[in-house]
Amino acid sequence: MISSLLSKDLPRSRILTAMLAAIFAALALAPFIFPGTRPLDVAAKVCVFVLLVASYDLLLGYTGIVSFAHTMFFGIGGYGIAIALSRMEVGWSAIALGTAAAVALSLVLSFLVGLFSLRVKAIFFAMITLAVASFFAILASQLSDITGGEDGITFKVPELLRPAYRLLEEPFLGVTVGGRFVTYYLVFGTSLLLFLALLRVVNSPFGRVLLAIRENDFRAEALGYRTVIYRTIANCLGAVVATLAGVLYALWLRYTGPNTTLDFGIMIDILLMVVIGGMGTMYGAVIGAAIFVVAQNYLQEAMKAFSEALRGVPLLPDLFHPDRWLLWLGVLFVLSVYYFPHGIVGQLRAGTKK
Amino acid sequence: MKRIDWIPPALLLAIVLGALAMIGSPSTWVTLTVAGLAMGLLIFIMASGLTLVFGLMDVMNFAHGLFIAIGAYVAASTIRLFAGAAGADSFLANLGAIVPAMLAAAAAAGLLGLAFERIIIKPVYGQHLKQILITTGGMIVAEQLIHVFWGPDLLPLPRPATLRGSFLVGDVAIEKFRLIAVVVGLAVFAAMLLLLNRTKIGLLIRAGVENKEMVEAMGYRIRRLFVGVFVAGSALAGLGGALWGMYQESVTVHIGASMMVLIFIVIIIGGLGSIGGCFAGALLVGLVANYVGFLAPKIALGSNILLMVLVLLWRPQGLYPVSKQ
Repeated sequence: MISSLLSKDLPRSRILTAMLAAIFAALALAPFIFPGTRPLDVAAKVCVFVLLVASYDLLLGYTGIVSFAHTMFFGIGGYGIAIALSRMEVGWSAIALGTAAAVALSLVLSFLVGLFSLRVKAIFFAMITLAVASFFAILASQLSDITGGEDGITFKVPELLRPAYRLLEEPFLGVTVGGRFVTYYLVFGTSLLLFLALLRVVNSPFGRVLLAIRENDFRAEALGYRTVIYRTIANCLGAVVATLAGVLYALWLRYTGPNTTLDFGIMIDILLMVVIGGMGTMYGAVIGAAIFVVAQNYLQEAMKAFSEALRGVPLLPDLFHPDRWLLWLGVLFVLSVYYFPHGIVGQLRAGTKK
Repeated sequence: MKRIDWIPPALLLAIVLGALAMIGSPSTWVTLTVAGLAMGLLIFIMASGLTLVFGLMDVMNFAHGLFIAIGAYVAASTIRLFAGAAGADSFLANLGAIVPAMLAAAAAAGLLGLAFERIIIKPVYGQHLKQILITTGGMIVAEQLIHVFWGPDLLPLPRPATLRGSFLVGDVAIEKFRLIAVVVGLAVFAAMLLLLNRTKIGLLIRAGVENKEMVEAMGYRIRRLFVGVFVAGSALAGLGGALWGMYQESVTVHIGASMMVLIFIVIIIGGLGSIGGCFAGALLVGLVANYVGFLAPKIALGSNILLMVLVLLWRPQGLYPVSKQ
């Protein structure tokens, strides 16, 4: 049963299985295990980023194309639902309409960009997507009538999802079952479903063709597969899932703005997560996103203590300044690309094979 | 000698003249044209190294913006060192501050380029996917290191006294610093043309862009040539960064990354690997951005992307496609 849920693509390593199970359990039971607002925020962010990074892995790890426009689709999802909920009557139909419009826009854009630039080299696609994404980010901050500019949009969600709402009068196992509880499980459940769907896609015959294109696109073409079409479909699929991740994230934050969705820094974060976790493995997205988001929220405190312990030594306290946590993840990223091309997941699997 | 394709320059001229007709007022037109040329030449200085490196070795350096940022930061520090000369009210004294600043910026960026080529890029030749990832990773690390050395805050980079403000020729206002940018940019372009067309090294570089195996078969070490081009390209990016920093009068770590988008558009428009194309593309982008910004501010943001799409629809390989064997 589990095997078919995971599309017969098992973790293939005991430690990896244990890690995945631990992450899954922690996320599934987050409201019960970690009471408080901040840990739940972290858990929800992990769910969304697992999905976002997994959809990016479909492009980078499985199809071998580098896109810098993934945050653009993430942002389209966030803005789609934010605009719908702030303009229309707050309700589920607004959510549905906003999501549908965002998905449609993402599909059209990813199709156009893909058709326009996927014929040529990977580098060309990377450059074009970078240009398009930065243009979109500027557009979103300039069209302040629609997008709220730099301030973004704060919006109301349907009553069921509001923090003040109570589903059960009495706390259940010591946890208040309210709007946040419902929203968290909405985010968690949708992310899980879509992640399993992605796992299904990469293990389908379609996924095999993508792998073939990644390994040798010339040969795949010679075997009769229209590589442009496969690449474009993968690109559109990744874009749609990223859009849905954007919708979930906006629902959780009840806010959408340039800094939470379109910022180039988030694109860098996604790259770090997918490479450190492991490209072309899907599970790498889970490991990478979990490590990264937890590091983002808790590593800084550890570094602060370390930096203060080094006080008096020249330069070192600056290197370990809490704001420099990205430096160390960047170093890890570079080392990963050189020495562990399949990231943490690849290392764990290689360890089992011996 | 190859015949020169005159259509892109003619197109540029047509745009400049067409803009005169649409803008109407000659004085505004001169101001805009000078601004566009200055911007275009600055972009050309920064982009030329990147496109040559790509043409020669098929390496796309996504961390090129880093050299721009380093150039700007080093220039800011140097100008602070020469505060006396920079603050003086004489043009020559001011020049004595900005020339060392530009040289220091170019030298620092060049050295960094050498280290970057050795450590980051050398292991991943021929692997595009890894190149994109590794250079992006190098950029993340280096941006953080800039924070470590210069601090996370915005760094002011004041222009020397005599370079502020503008000349008035009749009723035409021309910002002084833009003239400096035009002069430096044209000097760089002329030097590059001379080097590429009149020297043995230039001949080898041009030959390497077209067919590097053949150059190697003739017994030349293309690797060394490439390192030289990479360092020179980085130094030019540093020089461009210094000028751009002075133009904006402040430096942040994102100065390079924000230019990268324009640089990519320029080298795609020009044709990847082509210096002449890079020059034409940079001028095209600079001029069109300024004209459109004046004529139709609403679509100014999209003008670069629109320009790129139009050029690629017309010539899918860029203005001057590089023929590869």
